[in-house]
Amino acid sequence: MPAVRIKDHWREQRLFDQRSLLCAAIMAVATVGLIVRLFVLQVSRHEYYADLSQGNRVRNEPIPAARGLILDRHGEVIAGNQPAYQLELVPEEVPDLQQTLTRLVQFDLIRAEDVDELERTIDSSRSFDSVPIRLRMSDEDIARFAVRRFEFPGLDIKTRQTRWYPNGELAVHALGYVGAISEQDLKHIDRAAYAGTSLMGKLGVESAYERELHGTNGFREVLVNAQGRSVERQGAFVPNLRTRAPGAGEDLLLSIDLKVQRTAEAALAGHRGAVVALDPNNGDVIALVSLPGFDPTMFGRGITAGEYGILQNDIDRPLFNRALRGTYPPGSTVKPVIALAGLTYHVVDPLAHRHCAGSFHLPGSSFIYREYHNEHHGAVDLDDAIARSCDVYFYGLANEIGVDRMSTFMGPFGFGKPTGIDIGGEKAGILPSRGWKKEAFSRPQDRVWFPGETVSFGIGQGYLTVTPIELAHYASIIAMRGRIWRPRVVAAYRDPRTGELHRIAPLSDGEVPGVAAEDWQRVVHGMIGVTQRGTAAAIGAHALYTFAGKTGTAQVFTVARTEKYNAKLISERLRDHSWFIAFAPADQPRIALAVLEENGGAGASAAAPIARKVLDAYLLGADGKLKPQT
Amino acid sequence: MIYEEVTSASRTRRTLTGAARVLSALQIDGPLAVGLALIAAFGLIVLYSASGQSIGTVIRTALRLLLGTIAMLVLARVNPNFLRRSTPWLYAGGCVLLMLVVTIGHVGMGARRWLNFGLFRFQPSELMKLAVPMMCAWYLHERPLPPGWSSLGALGVLILVPVGLVAIQPDVGTAALIAVAGALVIILAGLRARVMVVLAMLAALGAWFGWSFMHDYQRKRVLMFLNPQADPLGAGYHIIQSQIAIGSGGVFGKGWMNGSQAQLEFLPERSTDFIFAVIGEEFGLLGLLLLLLLYVFVVGRAIYLATQTQDTFARLLAGSLGLTLFVYVFINAGMVTGLLPVVGVPLPLVSYGGSSVVTLLAGFGILMALYSRRKLVGS
Repeated sequence: MPAVRIKDHWREQRLFDQRSLLCAAIMAVATVGLIVRLFVLQVSRHEYYADLSQGNRVRNEPIPAARGLILDRHGEVIAGNQPAYQLELVPEEVPDLQQTLTRLVQFDLIRAEDVDELERTIDSSRSFDSVPIRLRMSDEDIARFAVRRFEFPGLDIKTRQTRWYPNGELAVHALGYVGAISEQDLKHIDRAAYAGTSLMGKLGVESAYERELHGTNGFREVLVNAQGRSVERQGAFVPNLRTRAPGAGEDLLLSIDLKVQRTAEAALAGHRGAVVALDPNNGDVIALVSLPGFDPTMFGRGITAGEYGILQNDIDRPLFNRALRGTYPPGSTVKPVIALAGLTYHVVDPLAHRHCAGSFHLPGSSFIYREYHNEHHGAVDLDDAIARSCDVYFYGLANEIGVDRMSTFMGPFGFGKPTGIDIGGEKAGILPSRGWKKEAFSRPQDRVWFPGETVSFGIGQGYLTVTPIELAHYASIIAMRGRIWRPRVVAAYRDPRTGELHRIAPLSDGEVPGVAAEDWQRVVHGMIGVTQRGTAAAIGAHALYTFAGKTGTAQVFTVARTEKYNAKLISERLRDHSWFIAFAPADQPRIALAVLEENGGAGASAAAPIARKVLDAYLLGADGKLKPQT
Repeated sequence: MIYEEVTSASRTRRTLTGAARVLSALQIDGPLAVGLALIAAFGLIVLYSASGQSIGTVIRTALRLLLGTIAMLVLARVNPNFLRRSTPWLYAGGCVLLMLVVTIGHVGMGARRWLNFGLFRFQPSELMKLAVPMMCAWYLHERPLPPGWSSLGALGVLILVPVGLVAIQPDVGTAALIAVAGALVIILAGLRARVMVVLAMLAALGAWFGWSFMHDYQRKRVLMFLNPQADPLGAGYHIIQSQIAIGSGGVFGKGWMNGSQAQLEFLPERSTDFIFAVIGEEFGLLGLLLLLLLYVFVVGRAIYLATQTQDTFARLLAGSLGLTLFVYVFINAGMVTGLLPVVGVPLPLVSYGGSSVVTLLAGFGILMALYSRRKLVGS
């Protein structure tokens, strides 16, 4: 029989009290748990969350630093900064987007075919963001917009800094250019340091000295809300926000002399080629020309695919830096160093005459090596052989020295390796030797050095190639009788605030070993002969200074042995390259140079006159007299 | 009294005794009323800041508080016996309204929760927050305690029917709170420990079962609670931003109307479900401790009052109403601080909006009625 339970009020009250107590205890535990949690959030991890909240509310808006200027040696601006104007639109402030765009097309401020694309861009932007809808406005565009500005609420003209090259194409291959930062660039720059920067150096000085030119960007803290809109107040308060002013990039003072550069470019104008002029006393680059060039401004303001295509497909290859990257056979310009090798190895008596009857052949071979233009120089000694550029003399001399000795001797003159100029992109020519040929070729029959190749080597043909900068460097080493200075384009930094100049010490690469002083003198004498009575006598006439030079003619096209080379009969692009190297004044050289004119024909007729103009431009004052030594 | 010398001390005393006389005439419990008033006042100050300095929001909330206070004053004067006798009718009526909601209710924010009466919209689930614990207390009033298995079964049905109806609206948060209110009555009635263990196991089973019936957004909330960093801009955003708000407030807070998380709208639902985080950010740990102290005081006082009532219905109902407040506070604070999953439970008396303020104050009115008439009831 089940027990009938009746209510026991006293017991139930006690039970309730117990349960209330239990609940109160649970409540206490829960409250303590909550307080512990609050303690963790607000005390232990306060700084962590304070940082996060600061990161939420504050956006750092970068203030790009002004890029350093690039100046020539006299302080003339080669690259500067200029504001560029663009039209921007804030979607939420535009009452009728459709109509606005239509009106802009009417006033020729945007193109009708861009409207769809613009609408998509605007739709995908936040309503309060300023969207650029027209870049690169001309003064005329700005004026056309300005008079109708009241019709376009929500539209405004914004400025940003772009790179400005006041001289256009001048010295572009030394200078380089700035362009939009690419995916590739992003891999090796510090993204934080480049926040706010849109352009960076791509080639030449602009690229090599990017770090100095760029400067340090500043920032401005901006209060933003959860939507990313910048706001003035945080609740009832205007918070204190930080600003850091940008540090402008350093100005660069180049060693380039724009007057000489202009002269060189004008003299070479209309041709393909290169001029490199160095100060042999310290490696300063006085002029660095590669023609044709291009306008570097195009890249800074955003080059179109069409414009780039035209540059890239141009048969004259304007983007190609011939001065640093073009490799050509040096032709007879190597004769001075071959002569030095002969003297140093004592294989030649400088005063002994050799007979030139217009051709040479190796003992036991029927192969005939011809004199250029089939000249007959008769009896020539070393001095004459250089001055009149006698191939037969050097065919024999090269054969007597041997390829490996020539190769070893020429190494210190910079053949076969980059000069180390301070702007990148340099390519090295080839200094051949038996070892080199073994490495360079794969088929066994090609890996053997043939005696005939040594003969060609003696007059700078065959495998030997050089770049114009290498050849100018070589000329400056002879000018200095063996002292080697590394070429450089940037000579000093200038602090943009104080204007203080910090000169960069020139870099010495030692000297050419083992050449006797009188041997230097003999060869230099021969080179002076070139400009006085030799191949370039016409060019050297009436110079106010003595100068040493050497012509060179590099074959592009091999003429059959039995035929005569006739420039008029072969296509212009297969004509010989014309070389000239020189330094002046001969005893106390202030300038050394190499001039190349592609397919210019003989060195004496094409390249040498250009060299003379460059030397005059550098050495003569405005009064037409030789400037005193500084 | 007229001839008494007026000193400031006697004036204060007179004011206090006068106030006490008014309160007892209204059958209001002084400490409880003061505690609630302090919370509400603090809430209005915070709300002004949290709403982005919207005085309109503050006025609307003040009006709701006024409405709740009137409900409290009215209910405090109701005879508990009348209250008890009308409980089954209230409960039955509430269930009918819930069924109406499910069939013809007004759809808003993806759920069908409201009945539209033209002038105002009414949420029957709010009514059930009171009706369910009342019904449970009513059921246990005549029965010997602790409740046996058959009583538990009956109570289970009484609780789960309205809970189920609310859950399918869907409003799982409110459904859970209704279930908690009912469950608290049973626990206070002296439910045996071993039964609790069995029920806990059943609850675990139910949770697993419930998971399979949850809406995607509800599951997401649970998952986000477990790992908020997994999707910082998606569902985890609320929890992360509220923790940043609270944590960055530190001990003293950033100052009233100067919390960047709240003022710059990084904190979602800043004036409603996440207002606890606004307090943490602008008033710091000290502000939160003060608020918790007030809540604990109110709940403690409510439990004390419950122990002083003299019949089963009053005890169980009063205890449940008091403890429910704590459950609300704990669930809201736990959610905002990342201890519990995000469920839409407002911070009582502080969060903006909803009819929950009125319900809550009405509940306290009932509690006061039960206490003040303690000498009139019982055997």
